[in-house]
Order: sequence, then structure tokens, then C-alpha cells
Amino acid sequence: MKIETHMSWRYVCKLEELPVLGARVVERSEDEGGNVAVFRNDKDVVFALLDKCPHKGGPLSQGIVFGERVACPLHNWTIELKSGDAVAPDVGCTRRFSVKVDNGDVFVEL
Amino acid sequence: MNKPKLAVIGNGMAGIRAIEELLKIAPDKYDITVFGAEPHPNYNRILLSPVLAGEQTMQDIVLNDWDWYRDNGIKLVTNKKIVNIHRTKRELTAESGETYSYDRLLIATGSNPFILPIPGANLPGVISYRDIADTEAMIDAAKHHKKAVVIGGGLLGLEAANGLKLRGMDVTVVHVMPWLMERQLDERAGKLLQASLEAKGIAFKIQANTEALIAGESGRVAALKFKSGEQIPAELVVMAVGIRPNAALAERSGIAVSARPGGIIVNDTMQTLTDPRIYAVGECVNHRGIAYGLVAPLFEMAKVCANHLAEYGIGRYVGSVTSTKLKVTGVDLFSAGNFQGDEATEDIVLSDPIGGVYKRLVIKDDKLVGACLYGDTVDGSWYFKLLREGKNIAEIRDQLMFGESNIGDVGHEGNTRAAAMKDSDEVCGCNGVCKGAITKAIKEKGLFTLDEVRKHTKASSSCGSCTGLVEQILMFTAGGDYSATPKMKPMCGCTDHTHQDARDAIKASKLLSVPDVMKFLDWRTPNGCATCRPALNYYLLSTWPKECIDDPQSRFINERAHANIQKDGTFSVIPRMWGGETTADELRRIANAVDKYKIPTVKVTGGQRIDLLGVKKEDLPNVWKDIGMPSGHAYAKALRTVKTCVGSEWCRFGTQDSTQMGKDLEQAMWRMYAPHKVKFAVSGCPRNCAEAGIKDVGVIGVDSGWELYVAGNGGIKTEVAQFFVKVKTSEEVLEYTGAFMQLYREEGWYLERTVHYVSRVGLDYVKKRVLEDAENRKALWERLQFSLDGEPDPWFEFDKARVDTRQFIPIKPSAAMADAVPAE
Ligand SMILES: Cc1cc2nc3c(=O)[nH]c(=O)nc-3n(C[C@H](O)[C@H](O)[C@H](O)COP(=O)(O)OP(=O)(O)OC[C@H]3O[C@@H](n4cnc5c(N)ncnc54)[C@H](O)[C@@H]3O)c2cc1C
Ligand code: HEM
Ligand code: SF4
Ligand code: SF4
Ligand code: FES
Repeated sequence: MKIETHMSWRYVCKLEELPVLGARVVERSEDEGGNVAVFRNDKDVVFALLDKCPHKGGPLSQGIVFGERVACPLHNWTIELKSGDAVAPDVGCTRRFSVKVDNGDVFVEL
Repeated sequence: MNKPKLAVIGNGMAGIRAIEELLKIAPDKYDITVFGAEPHPNYNRILLSPVLAGEQTMQDIVLNDWDWYRDNGIKLVTNKKIVNIHRTKRELTAESGETYSYDRLLIATGSNPFILPIPGANLPGVISYRDIADTEAMIDAAKHHKKAVVIGGGLLGLEAANGLKLRGMDVTVVHVMPWLMERQLDERAGKLLQASLEAKGIAFKIQANTEALIAGESGRVAALKFKSGEQIPAELVVMAVGIRPNAALAERSGIAVSARPGGIIVNDTMQTLTDPRIYAVGECVNHRGIAYGLVAPLFEMAKVCANHLAEYGIGRYVGSVTSTKLKVTGVDLFSAGNFQGDEATEDIVLSDPIGGVYKRLVIKDDKLVGACLYGDTVDGSWYFKLLREGKNIAEIRDQLMFGESNIGDVGHEGNTRAAAMKDSDEVCGCNGVCKGAITKAIKEKGLFTLDEVRKHTKASSSCGSCTGLVEQILMFTAGGDYSATPKMKPMCGCTDHTHQDARDAIKASKLLSVPDVMKFLDWRTPNGCATCRPALNYYLLSTWPKECIDDPQSRFINERAHANIQKDGTFSVIPRMWGGETTADELRRIANAVDKYKIPTVKVTGGQRIDLLGVKKEDLPNVWKDIGMPSGHAYAKALRTVKTCVGSEWCRFGTQDSTQMGKDLEQAMWRMYAPHKVKFAVSGCPRNCAEAGIKDVGVIGVDSGWELYVAGNGGIKTEVAQFFVKVKTSEEVLEYTGAFMQLYREEGWYLERTVHYVSRVGLDYVKKRVLEDAENRKALWERLQFSLDGEPDPWFEFDKARVDTRQFIPIKPSAAMADAVPAE
């Protein structure tokens, strides 16, 4: 089955529905590219990354969020929320998605 | 561009390390210029010896190549000796006449070899051993001459002698003291060392005083004459009789310098005493009266200096304990601390002259204060760690000599000699790192400390049982040793405070939330990291139960979701089965849930309960509800299982009802968060079928009551629990166990198992607090009951346990609709 893959903005939830210094999972099938983790930090900045650690695919949504980073729950790699890059000395990158918060509504470009 | 100018005098190991540390934390702060008298970029001076010995090349030892300076925007001016510092004008003058201005200055001029003031000391063919030029001169001399003499039987002299010998020269070492390396070795070890170097073909003149060096016909040195009148041929003379801090430039420029032992006087922030704009690090400084001559302390100085240059103003250098290792292949030697001993110390000595092994441990007040090892240095790093941390060794004293691998290690090998390992041999079992990967990272990335190796390779970053091995690999690959300032290890990169500092502050100032602690202790990061936040959250919980704010977002996912995350992102559910007993009803409910939620694996755990593996996160609340059994806390730093045997109810050997005792303990203490996981076991007789000997608290029934054992551990390193006390009644078992647990909860550092806690504070201390002081025991037990009273079961009381149930509901994104597009 071929899925249409062009990107468009999708409403996901209200800002308050995201835990502060935490994340929630936006469900997508493997065909659509897999789950997306939507993070919120203590400054109410929202980020979205593919929910797969560049190391061994750990669910980043389950990690501890601090500053603009998340620590993967499986082996503690640290990933930059803005870019999806692993923090040195680890090397790797996970896909990032654009986010907009409008009037308390969170949109992600999926 | 108006950045302030930072000038560095001395392009050596300490100065450049300070710049590296500075770039890490404040990359754009300064316009940096480095002046070096040598023509080379920064290289690893320590490895000159392997170069001389032909084991490595000059290219191998470059630490920062020219590209590094360029990529970091640093101006490197080589072949440029600075001869004056004009402090009021803030200007440097070079030997060649140019001037350079600076805003801040870092002096890192290293040290100068000491040249004996004897006739002939300036003849051609007489050199010292300090830099690449000296090394090249020696390599060259070995091609054209045969007879070499090294004056000085210390670390440097012996490494030079070994290298020259390997390059084919006849080498004699002349030493004035009664034995070799007298500052690092005691007499026995010094003599053994001499014997093994003699076996390599090096000759010695011990307690021999040199009077003069005599020139031959060509004008080059040809012989060495002793005070005794004896003469020996010498076509190359290497003077290695010590170093003096190179502080002449500073002294000439009016910066305070110590007369003895020399060196630019600096304070704990590495600023010179005279001028706060001028910093100094490395062998050229004198800190609290000490001038260091090894790299490890210099690197610590560099780190502190960088922090102050960056204007973070955190961190003080308070001095270092150092250790020594001779880099002569095939000679194993290690010393640290006060290895000579004095009236106040005791010795443990092992001496096997035939096997070529000699070890001396020096002990004072139940602490290791010095070690001198010859022939077998495998445990050097372990001794050094005990020494640095000032650990109480009373309880391991009788095994101390036989090394770390002897102390209850059945899991991982501790006795493989790192040097003998092949590159493909695995060092770190946890992260699958082999020796080759570690040596490669050390060489390519220029690593020097254990922490750096951990970061880059992950080796020894998990269970830590391979730490000793990694330290050894580090020692002979980087040549460096590593020394840490005693007991100053900060919690993590977010702070300079230790775990104990944080515990103390939380208690003394009644801090009640993670942000409060961070604010109070000036955390460097806005909200910590995945290392410090869980620790702080636990400290709050254990210090101020019912008052503090428990922050689920500061907990690891397992304690946030109340289940164990698995490698594929699913979870496991382990319900509590009191004392390992279950019923048909419970089993039926479990079986039904397995079918209903299509749970792929059902496993009986080693803790006598049932593990449901592969549960989807969104199913967790329903699985808990359907099973209807309490949380087993198998996911938490908390009381896990209480393992029991069947005991006197059924067993023909049973003396006590161990199953009931186990259930009572479990019901009294479940939901108990602790610094790390906690496991109990109860056996009904000394046959000990419940394996109580490897639990945090093990209880063994005997005819007349119960024996309690504490601080056992079945983990990576098996640790047998130690006998604690014998009691009569089951009420006493509860009270003593509870009191011990509460002491550990209040004083343990996060992620410290009971065995590590007890070895840190000493079993005697625990006995004093729990056994000898009945009032304190009762108070501890009451505080534990107070903490646990009304604690919620997180599987059922979501609100009270602060479980964020939104995590169990995945979000479905809206369809892609035009009207969902936000305003640009
Ligand atoms: C052969 C050898 C083996 C060693 N083995 C070990 C070991 O196994 N373990 C260990 O811990 N340590 C060892 N050391 C000691 C270690 O190398 C030193 O502690 C370390 O290099 C000192 O660093 P530093 O930056 O203070 O000085 P250096 O690395 O000496 O750097 C100082 C630099 O400043 C330059 N300089 C001096 N004056 C001026 C000036 N006026 N203008 C411009 N530039 C100037 C010098 O040319 C030099 O390049 C060894 C040393 C040698 C020589
Ligand atoms: C550092 C070492 C250890 C780590 C990292 C570790 C990790 C774990 C993990 C992740 C689980 C949960 C498995 C699941 O999701 O179901 C588990 C369970 C278990 N582990 Fe370990 N473990 C360690 C040491 C030990 C030791 C030393 C013992 C025994 C002496 C042990 C005994 C058990 C038991 C019995 C269980 C089942 C738990 C229960 O019934 O609650 N573990 N361990
Ligand atoms: S420990 Fe003793 S009482 Fe318990 S099952 Fe074994 S033999 Fe029986
Ligand atoms: S359950 Fe324990 S022993 Fe087994 S693989 Fe996991 S951590 Fe290792
Ligand atoms: S999968 Fe993320 S750190 Fe290993």
C-alpha cells in the first residue's frame, strides 16, 4: 500500500494536555513513519521528534526532559529537542518535526 | 570584534588543557593567542619515553595538531619565547623584540630540568630529558655512539636509560641515593626494580657521586669522573636529576614566586597572588606549597582555571593525591600516597623475591594511606581509589593484600592483566566495549581521565565493575595517571555539589521541591539533568515525607509509568505476591488478563512472583485493574520482593515460620522508596533455601529465634551479607530491619546499594546506630512507619500517587484539514 506522504499541519492537543517537562505520544502507523513524541519544557516551548532514539530506537517520549534536551530511557543518550541531534560524544540524529502553538492549540507538521 | 584578549605563555600540556576546558564552556569569550618556545603544536610529553624506546612515533603523540588551533580560532605562535610581562601596560615582549597586548594572561611555562653544577655540564653530548629536541638528540646519539650514562635513577632517568638501551647503547645509570626511585619506592621495591633492569642489560652505579664530565679530543663529552676517582666512558650523558618550576619569567616581571620548592604562587582559583588578571597552571606553579610534576593534578588545575576564566566563578582547586607508574615495558610498578610510612602507620607487606612480587600497604586509623607495588600492579588503581576516598578498610583488612578481585567477585574477572589482553578482548561486558576500542579512543581523542573514557566509549559507565581494568588501560595507553581530588566528586555536570552536600542542604534548610534545591545550591542548568533530578527527588522524599513535592517528571520512566520499560518500548507487569504465596483466584485473574491483553510472555521471576512481559503502555491501567493485585514495585528503587522458603508450616527441617515472617516484613515495608532497589529473604532454618545470604536484609530462622544479615547483594558482584544481630521475636525482626532500612534511606546516596552504603560508613557505625542505641533504633523504625503510613498503591490510587494517566492515552492527530492550519 502506498501512502500519500506530503506534509501538512495537524492539530494534536491543547498545550495544557502536555505534561510540563514531559511528553506525549502522537500515534502513527509504521507505514506513516511511526509514532511522534511531542515534548513540552518548563518554558512552555513545544518540540516534536520521531519517537525513536538514534541509538537503538528507544521511545524518547518516555525519557526525562531537561532544558532543551531529553535523556533516552533505554541507555541514556541525550538528544537535542530542537534539532534531534544526539549530544556529543554520541553521534546520531532523529527526525524532527515543525511545531506551532496557536492560542493554546498545538499543531505539528506531519 | 571586541572580545577581550587572552594570552597563553607556554604551549604545553597544562596550558592547552586549560584552553580546551575553556572552549567547552565559553567558546566565544576570548580572542586567544598561544605563545610557545618549541616549534611544535601541543604534544603529549609523557609519551616521549615510548617514542625514545621506539614503541611510538612523534606523530603518534601530537595532542592538538595545527588544524585544531585553526578550527578553534586560536592564534598559535611557535618558536616564540616570551621574555617579559609588563603588568601595568598589560603587554608581553618576545625574545625577538615584538610586543603583544593582553587583557588576561595565563602562564603555563612548565618546568626546567635541573642541571648539576659540575665541570663539563655544558659540553656537547650532555643533555637533559624534557622535550622533542632532547628526544631527537638521544635517538641521533644512539646512531653514532655506543656508551651512554644517565645521571639520576628516578622515573625520567630510568625511562631514558631503558629507551637508550633499546636503541642499542650500553647504558649505565648513576644514582646518588641508596636505591632507585627513592621518592616513589621503598628500599625493597627499589632493589627489585634494579634487579629487573639489570636483567635487561642496564648497568648501575648506586650511591655514586659525580664530580666532573670530561671532554674527549673532538670536544664532545667522553668520560664521567666520580668523586671516588673512578672514571667511566660516556659519549652521551643524560641528566635527569629533577626539575624546577620554570618561574623565571614571572619572577623577572614582579610576580610572586616561592623560594622553595619554587613556582609561581597561586590561590585556589589559579590566580597569581600578585595580579588577579594573571593565571598560572601546570608545573610552573606553587599551590599551597606544592609544585606538582605529574599531569593529573595539572589537568585538575586547568579545569578550575577555565571555569574562572569563563567567569563562572565555580570550583576551587584544593590539591591532589598523586600516584606513579613507570612506563618501562615489562616492569610493573606502582606507588601512591605515603608509601614509606612513619611512626603512626602500620604496614601490611607481601614479599616474594623469587616470583619478583613485592607489595606494601600502609595503613593509618583503619584507612589506606599509601601503597607501593612491584611486579603485580593489577590492583594499583583499586588501592589508589581506596586511598583517595579515605574508605574505612577495617572490615576488608585481612583480604586487602589479595586485591579487589578477591573480595567476593564471582561475576566479572578482575584479575586479567589489562596489558596482556588482546585488542578484541571485551573489557566492559555491560556495553560490549573491547580493549581495542578503548585504546583507539584514548589515542585519537586524547583522553586522560576515566570520566572521559566513559563518555566516549561507554566502557565502565554502567555497572562499573570493569573500572579497574579501564583505569589500567588508560594508564599505559595515555601514560597518564589519573588522580582526583579526595572525596569531591560532584553529583553531575550541573553542579559542583556532592550527593552529601545536597542531602545536607535539603535537611538543614528544609527544602521541599526540586527547583528549590537547585535554586538554593546554585545549579548551573535550568532544570538539571537525568542524573541529578531523580537523586534530588529521592532526597526530598526520604527527608521530608508527606511535606515535600514529589515530582514524577523527575523520575525515571519506570517509576513514572509504574512498570518496567523493555527494549522494544513495551512494559512488564509484576504484581505483588506476599512472601511469594499465591492463590488459585489470583492465578486465574492473571491467566485471564494474559489472554485478554494478548500478553506475549509470562515468566516466573527469581523473586518468587510472576512477570507479564510485553504489555502495551496503553493497556497498563486495565491490566492492573483486571489482575487486582497490589503493585510489586519491581520497577522502582524501592522494596521489591521478600523471598521466603516454606518454613516450619510444611518443611521437616523448619524451625520458624519463615513464610509468615516474610509476609509480615513485606506488608510492613512495601511501597518503601529507597536509594536503590531493596530485596529481603527469609529462610526457616540455616539450610537457607531462600538464599538470604545475598539480600539487603536476610533473615534466617534458628531454634531460638532469628539471625539477621545485612548488606548482601547478588548483582554484578556477589556480596555476601554480613551477620548483623540475633533476635528472639518476629516483632524484633520487624523493628531491627525497619531501623536499618530507615538509616539507609536517610543516609544512602541515590543509586547506592546497601552494600555500598555499609562499606562507606562501616558496619560498626551501623551497629552503633541500630543495635547499641535502642532509642535511636525505635526512632528510626517510627520514622519509617510514619513515612509509609497511608502511602498509596500507584496501580490503584492514581491521584494520590501523582500518576499522570494522560501518559496511557496516545494522541491521534487530526486529519490534514485546511481549517486546522494555524495562522502564520
Ligand atoms: C620524558 C617525560 C616523561 C614523563 N612521564 C610522565 C608520566 O608518566 N606521568 C605523568 O603524570 N607525568 C609525566 N611527565 C611529566 C609531564 O609531562 C608534565 O607534568 C607536563 O607535561 C607538564 O605540563 P606543563 O604544561 O606544566 O609544562 P610543559 O608541558 O612542559 O609545557 C610548557 C611549555 O611552555 C614552553 N615555555 C616555557 N617558557 C616559555 C616562554 N617564556 N615563552 C614561551 N613558551 C615557553 C615550553 O617550551 C613548553 O613547551 C613526564 C615528563 C617527561 C619529560
Ligand atoms: C545491576 C544489576 C541488575 C540490574 C540492572 C537488574 C535489572 C533488572 C530488571 C530490569 C528487572 C525487571 C525485569 C522485568 O522488567 O520484568 C529485574 C528483575 C529481577 N531481578 Fe534484577 N537486576 C540486577 C541485579 C539483580 C540481582 C543481583 C538479583 C538477585 C540476586 C536480581 C534479581 C532479580 C529478580 C528476582 C527480578 C524479578 C523481580 C521481581 O520479582 O520483582 N537482579 N532486574
Ligand atoms: S530453609 Fe530450612 S525451613 Fe526453609 S525450606 Fe529450607 S530446609 Fe526447610
Ligand atoms: S533481567 Fe537482569 S540479568 Fe536478565 S538481562 Fe535483564 S538486567 Fe540482565
Ligand atoms: S535506544 Fe536510546 S540510548 Fe539506547
